[in-house]
Amino acid sequence: MASTDTTSSELTLAIDLRNISKSFGTVQANKHVNLKVEAGTIHGIVGENGAGKSTLMSILYGFYEADAGEIYIFGKRTPIRNSSDAIAAGIGMVHQHFMLVENFTVLENVMLGAESGAMLGRSITDAAAELDRLEREFGLAVEKDALISDLPVGQLQRVEILKALYRGARILILDEPTGVLTPQETDQLFAILRSLREQGTTVIIITHKLREIMVLTDQVSVMRQGEIVASRVTSETSREELAELMVGRKVRMSIDKTPAQPGEALLRVENLSVHDHYGVARLDRVSLEVRAGEIVGIAGVSGNGQSELLDVLSGILPPGEGEVLINGHTVTPEHATNPEQVRSYSVAHVPEDRLKRGLVREFIAAESAILGYHNASEYNGVFLTKPSAIIDHTHHLMEAFDVRPAHPTLKSANFSGGNQQKLILAREMDPGPKVLLVGQPTRGVDIGAIEFIHKQIVAMRDEGSAVLLVSGELDELMSLADRIIVMFEGRIVGEVAASEADEKMLGLMMANAHTPTSTVSEEVPA
Amino acid sequence: MRRQPLPAWADIILIPIINITLALLVAGVVIALIGENPFKAFAVMFQGAFGYAEGIGYTLYYATNFIFTGLAVAIAFHAMLFNIGGEGQAYIGGLGVALVLLTFDHVLPFWILLPLAIAAAMLFGAAWAAIPAYLQAYRGSHIVITTIMFNFIASNLMVYLLVNVFIVPGSMSPESRVFDQTAWLPTVHDFLARFGIDVAASPLNLSFVIALIAGVFVWLFVWHTRWGYAIRTVGFSEPAAEYAGISAKKIIMLTMLISGALAGMAGINEIMGVQHKLLLDFVAGYGFTGIAVALMGRNHPLGIVLSSILFGALYQGGADLTFEMPNISREMVTAIQGFIILFSGALTYMSRPWLERLFGLFVREKSTEEVPHGR
Repeated sequence: MASTDTTSSELTLAIDLRNISKSFGTVQANKHVNLKVEAGTIHGIVGENGAGKSTLMSILYGFYEADAGEIYIFGKRTPIRNSSDAIAAGIGMVHQHFMLVENFTVLENVMLGAESGAMLGRSITDAAAELDRLEREFGLAVEKDALISDLPVGQLQRVEILKALYRGARILILDEPTGVLTPQETDQLFAILRSLREQGTTVIIITHKLREIMVLTDQVSVMRQGEIVASRVTSETSREELAELMVGRKVRMSIDKTPAQPGEALLRVENLSVHDHYGVARLDRVSLEVRAGEIVGIAGVSGNGQSELLDVLSGILPPGEGEVLINGHTVTPEHATNPEQVRSYSVAHVPEDRLKRGLVREFIAAESAILGYHNASEYNGVFLTKPSAIIDHTHHLMEAFDVRPAHPTLKSANFSGGNQQKLILAREMDPGPKVLLVGQPTRGVDIGAIEFIHKQIVAMRDEGSAVLLVSGELDELMSLADRIIVMFEGRIVGEVAASEADEKMLGLMMANAHTPTSTVSEEVPA
Repeated sequence: MRRQPLPAWADIILIPIINITLALLVAGVVIALIGENPFKAFAVMFQGAFGYAEGIGYTLYYATNFIFTGLAVAIAFHAMLFNIGGEGQAYIGGLGVALVLLTFDHVLPFWILLPLAIAAAMLFGAAWAAIPAYLQAYRGSHIVITTIMFNFIASNLMVYLLVNVFIVPGSMSPESRVFDQTAWLPTVHDFLARFGIDVAASPLNLSFVIALIAGVFVWLFVWHTRWGYAIRTVGFSEPAAEYAGISAKKIIMLTMLISGALAGMAGINEIMGVQHKLLLDFVAGYGFTGIAVALMGRNHPLGIVLSSILFGALYQGGADLTFEMPNISREMVTAIQGFIILFSGALTYMSRPWLERLFGLFVREKSTEEVPHGR
């Protein structure tokens, strides 16, 4: 079906990316990407987090400039250096996080940056007329004098789409557009996108939800580790195939691990719900249990409630509803807690975002090595801290976890990612916590360190700790965890024994396309 | 093209020197434009600030105020708070000092009055900072706005109090009565005279020593206590603080209370040490200058003491300059001070990118590793 014949008016390529590469430091986000999108179609791009989808679209929209490669828009070579170039080429983008001025009206937001002159009077009348036309043509009903801050999320997205269309977009890119939408709003969005396609607009949708790909798109490209690994006509592929392509077939790393000897439950979560400030449920009646001497893995595409779960358990976020029982201490909405208190319950937390949370880049390593434990009596006198005790302790941590270079006075930012992570793990695991919460323990960590970190986590388990592991790496979950719980849109949608899990099955559960035997969850209607 | 992160010595020594040189250069051009010899003018200023005992005394007396207000700005800055309210906090701190001294100066001996007065200065200054701090921490009102507003409130409150409460009955000027002489802070020249060392009289008094002690305290507190650790964590990374269980709200309160207390201490120097009565506008911009002092001193107590002395010298040398060279008016001196504040305060890092490129030319190493860290 795909055609490379750019002279044909029937099957023009709206977008033709040739050999696009982009690196950030040592990380290659896009490797020789070739992508062809036919005009007047809806094209899906799927892939796991960090597969390079957003980077590729940012290159197309001019946020980043590619290191190498060429961009052809409607058959014409078009260098895109910034977003004005992209807009001029007819590309519009709807971001995952809306870029709207809260206290402006819809009309003001739409015309912002595209006013026709210095005086606003004429721009407003012109824009209002154009907006009316667009709304009529595409069935995008939005009250144009409403304040942005008064509108629900689904409407905000329409405003973003209108903004792009108002600037003459013929190619519309949507980055994870359904992340914040309810199922009904999602259906309405899809109806709008289909009507845009009828009018000749080309739509690119980035998502990791396979259901949406199957329902909405004409063609789909799969990205993995910075490359496009496959392109398919949607009607000729299946969720199973896409899931397999997305996750890839990597060799499972073997870890010497004896079967778990679970003891009493040290962590019990009952009917836990948390809502964000939009009122969207980030955690939806979650119940789980982690026993002493076992590792429970949480699988799920990032943004499906795993982070919020860790935050509640570690005391950062108060529970909205429900109850958490953690090493004998009860936490409820009425009796919220804080991270310092949770630490005193013998709970340790390795945060998902190590640079933002796990350490302070500007601190020396020794200062980062006591983050969260800085009030402990062994580091403090009556008034002054005990620098030598802190340095000694850091030396000990660095030796135990092979942090290199073993210089406690070196600035935290000057350690490599793997060594920063080892320092954080050392800090959290050294006290011998009864409950260990770990988020993305090996993200951005080199192979050698990964193996070491995995061994340490298993050792922790064997000493009788309850370990809750959140990871985006399915391999890691399958080799480390004893049980795997899958989360989707804040709910637990399944649980499997790690020994019975495989990538395909987990991938499908993560996309909520497949329901395993143990837990019942209804499929969201299309 | 390639930039080289600056070594510490360049950051701490070279950049301030470049900035002061640039400021003097521009000021020199202005002086030349009004027909005076800039070199002579600067020589007069230097002589006025450091050339004779009285001049040095005045320089250090001004520096005392700057150390207090500079430390106040600096400690707040470590929590990423911009305390613009040093002016008002110092003003109200002075009110606290005056209240103690007016009440007890005939009753209590000096060595009891002094700690009481210091406590009052700190308490009143802290209280004046507490309200903006609360509004920032718990209500989200920006601390820059609220502290500025509180400067105006302080100013008007003091006018009211002086005109209606503290004024000596029958007097025409809005001032309190003069404190009993036993309540005055000993001046340095009096103190030295006791040992037979004869130094010309100046307002320099015991509070300079107190200011230096405050500097040591701030240094210890920020870098060697768990509270300072918490303050810096919040300042560098709120997500990390949240993760660690450090409440940003409490830290904002704590930091601003200490900041206000330090600013309030300027009242000890002015009210107890020099004026010996409560009067209008004794703060005279020291609070605002403290911002430039802290910027130039890199928010480090040692840097603040040094830049306070520089600014003290500008004040004192500038005063002498207007005597010696009648063509140079007071406004002209203010302009020269303004240039220094502009170049070393507001434009602190203007020369930095050029310097980094310059260093990049000389140093050919793997420079892809890290971006230079902030501030």
